[in-house]
Amino acid sequence: MDIGLSETQQLIRNSAREFLEENCDTQYVRAMEEDEVGHTDELWNQVAELGWLGLTVPEEYGGAGMSFSELAILLEETGSAMLPGPFFSTAVIGAEALKIAGSEEQKSELLSKLAEGKLKTALAFHETGASWTPESVSEMTATETEDGWILNGEKRFVQDGAAADMLIVAARTGEEAKNGITLFLVETDSANVDSRELKTTSSDRMSVMSFGEVSVPKASVLGEVNGGWDVLEKVFQYGAAGKCAEMAGAGQKMLDTTVDYVQNRVQFGRPIGSFQAIQHHAADMAIEVQAGRQLARQAAWFLGEGLDATRQVALAKAYLSESYPRVCATAHQCHGAIGYTHEYDLHLWTRRATGQRLAFGDTKLHQETLADSAGL
Amino acid sequence: MRYAFTQDEEDFRGEVRDWLNEQLPDDWNGIDEDSEEGWDFTRLMRGKLADKGWLTLAWPTEYGGEGASFMKQVVFNEEMAYYRCPGIDGSAIKMLGPTLMIHGSEEQRRTLLPPVARGEVEWCQGYSEPDSGSDLASLQLRVDETDDGWVVNGSKIWTSMAHRSDWIFFLGRTNQDAPKHRGISFFVADMHTPGIEVRPIVNMAGSHHFNQTIFEDVHIPKDALVGERDRGWYIGATLLDFERSGVQYSANGRRILGELAQFAKEQVGADGRSLSEDPQIRNQFAELDVDIECARLVAYEVAWMQSVGQVPNKEASASKILGTQLMQKLAKFGTELGGMYGMLGPGSEYAPIDGKYPKMQLTSVSSTIAAGTTEINKGIIASRGLGLPRG
Repeated sequence: MDIGLSETQQLIRNSAREFLEENCDTQYVRAMEEDEVGHTDELWNQVAELGWLGLTVPEEYGGAGMSFSELAILLEETGSAMLPGPFFSTAVIGAEALKIAGSEEQKSELLSKLAEGKLKTALAFHETGASWTPESVSEMTATETEDGWILNGEKRFVQDGAAADMLIVAARTGEEAKNGITLFLVETDSANVDSRELKTTSSDRMSVMSFGEVSVPKASVLGEVNGGWDVLEKVFQYGAAGKCAEMAGAGQKMLDTTVDYVQNRVQFGRPIGSFQAIQHHAADMAIEVQAGRQLARQAAWFLGEGLDATRQVALAKAYLSESYPRVCATAHQCHGAIGYTHEYDLHLWTRRATGQRLAFGDTKLHQETLADSAGL
Repeated sequence: MRYAFTQDEEDFRGEVRDWLNEQLPDDWNGIDEDSEEGWDFTRLMRGKLADKGWLTLAWPTEYGGEGASFMKQVVFNEEMAYYRCPGIDGSAIKMLGPTLMIHGSEEQRRTLLPPVARGEVEWCQGYSEPDSGSDLASLQLRVDETDDGWVVNGSKIWTSMAHRSDWIFFLGRTNQDAPKHRGISFFVADMHTPGIEVRPIVNMAGSHHFNQTIFEDVHIPKDALVGERDRGWYIGATLLDFERSGVQYSANGRRILGELAQFAKEQVGADGRSLSEDPQIRNQFAELDVDIECARLVAYEVAWMQSVGQVPNKEASASKILGTQLMQKLAKFGTELGGMYGMLGPGSEYAPIDGKYPKMQLTSVSSTIAAGTTEINKGIIASRGLGLPRG
């Protein structure tokens, strides 16, 4: 049991913190919320140059070949800074999906482009049902032709769909819920792929994407035909663990911001941080942040070591999906009216928490995994 | 970063489990340590643990320990808690020992610690007083210096196990004029010294666990003082950090949740289905599963900090808060699972799971109060951990 960070991990954390403080302040985050694309090429290219996109991409494909533990440490920082752009969709979801299911050709071509910052990816999974279950893939179909596949249907909640160069599309190719899903790599500029923005309260860049008779070559299949759910299940684990890391980092930020505020805000002639009511709020936040960080790191470590992380991911996501929004709510309570204003930054995190707690399974879904694992 | 024990530690865990399986009765499910029967069994196991060299595992060898690493101690504590095996004397092994290692004289260590390691003595702790609970530094037990030692007058309360103890360590006021934190000293005393009287206090669960301990002109020798005179508050505070770090809560919790899962599977609810199929009950299991994991990892963090030479402080308080709240939640859940039968305690003919959980619901009330209330610990996190100004 070694709770400490390795030298490499400390280096990643410190350099990321420094870079983000300088290049990704809340003014930038706010500007990007209003921006059509949602990020700037300048920052994206810097992120690529820092090697963040290919952090867990094997060295043979141009990445740094690090483990998911290291990526999780980075995600704590990007979560804290709310880094705009398709970083999570690319460096976590795209990279893991390609690593897990990609053919040698797909990996050597796409992973190296991804690591260089020349391929942004997004996952097109949800449909009208919008749950994280195989049944959610129902009306989006793929029909095999002589030289490829024809895709038809509509996808919702495609995060970073508008910014992506390539989509990972889950389509129904068979009747069995789990064994009837196939994944396709579809370029967003393909003919008959249309996209419209789905504005969310989280400002997390969702799109509705429609596919009308979109033909793709045979080589665009990712993994096995009808074997898509197995891949997705694994990708969702990385997604859930990654979101936990973001929430762990953002939770610490909420705590720091709150501690700073209550030390300086004076009422009744003293800093409000000297009042027990406020101190107990702050202590509650600190406890939840501490526990959440440990759960998130444990999940990332299990994934990084290639161990079965089913329980560890479920424990972390079930906890952080509840505790992080609670930490945000307590931060607001301690800030009083100022924290409720648009001008004050607090809402930037609070609004994102809604999306983060739902992403890759909400509390209930992960609790069900835990109940199953207890043999109930 | 590594969220797993080493092979060596896991091997040791296996060895401890094998030994416990061998030593504990076949139908073993824990014992009420406050009862006479429980006390006899506690002493029996303490002797066996001492013979095995495990009683004071992490102490240095010269004082009767094995010099084991913190993590090995963690593994051991987890298994002892999981198996509900009594024998570890919390006051002496977890608190007095580590404190004397830092603040005691060599002479004190050599005379006081080996009997603990051999499992021959019971210690109790004299901190709280009738008028000094959470505001511990306001304590009034008076200790005056004499020609050949000290004379003690006053009273301690909530002294767990004082009625069975051979020794007590306590805080007393040695300077009436100094500010309250700076007039306190740390002492040890033989409980058989004339003038010490132990009065039982029966708790709401019907057990005799703690006492009021009265000191009337109790003469103790010069070397009863530990560390510097008037610096006892700071010694006592280190000791509380040792007291609060604990993996026993999560290990105990894991055992309880397993026991309750088994019960829920076998028990048929009003709708004819087993309780384990009830979505609300499944949900509660999952929540407790998460709570146990939080308590476990935060306790590991505390142990890890100690293992690398850092002094856990707000982390230890967080661990204590999480662990004790967990115990209360588990007790409540275990009681509720029994439905109407949940009001039946130990000894009742219809009691499910030996009436353990209704009893635990009563005993666990004290967990968030003893050794620093949840509120005091939150204050520590806020002021010492987060740097918020004192009120």
